[in-house]
Amino acid sequence: MAEIKVDCIAQTCPVPLVETRKALRKASPGDIVEVTGTHPTSKKEIPMAVKALGLELIDVHEENGVWKIRIRR
Amino acid sequence: MANKATIIVHSGDMDKVYSALIIANGALAMGMEVSMYFTFWGLQRLKKGQLEKGPLSKMNMFGLGRWMVKQKMKKVGVASLEKLFQDFKELGGKVLACDMTMEIMGIKQKDLREDLISDYCAVGTYINEAKDSIITLFI
Repeated sequence: MAEIKVDCIAQTCPVPLVETRKALRKASPGDIVEVTGTHPTSKKEIPMAVKALGLELIDVHEENGVWKIRIRR
Repeated sequence: MANKATIIVHSGDMDKVYSALIIANGALAMGMEVSMYFTFWGLQRLKKGQLEKGPLSKMNMFGLGRWMVKQKMKKVGVASLEKLFQDFKELGGKVLACDMTMEIMGIKQKDLREDLISDYCAVGTYINEAKDSIITLFI
């Protein structure tokens, strides 16, 4: 099982959401996609997309304005 | 009803084409199917070399307003329309060009970004898709 990292630091709407979706499409079932970013709204919206896609949100972390979201495909 | 969005892009204004592409990409990211129908002034943006050339819908001021907004967008890190289009295609979005607009405005297929366009169509194709879509927008 692979772990795929997606760096969306300093990117704004809709790039973090789109890059997350692109990575999830490329991932195989069971793979973990880890997205890091700074756009505040994307931190709320990526979990919404994960739910809409029926995938598993592992966790959401934030430190010094940088968030990290882990998703299992 | 299908988990689908159909968007008519009638405007060729830069800000409105941005809105259309951002919404379209958001819908794809949320797992929806998306078709974008480009017609009239919107179709002008699909001519070769014209994607980023639209005026601002308000306060264009002969291009000065547009230039200021572009500078601000660059500073904030907004993606280019080209990137948003490439993402849209990569995520499986469909781009349809209105063939009546092409006739009226004398636009040939070779004048358009054929790399982006999935198909050429008229109103029937749009209605056929829109009647089953949970989101339809006219921009």
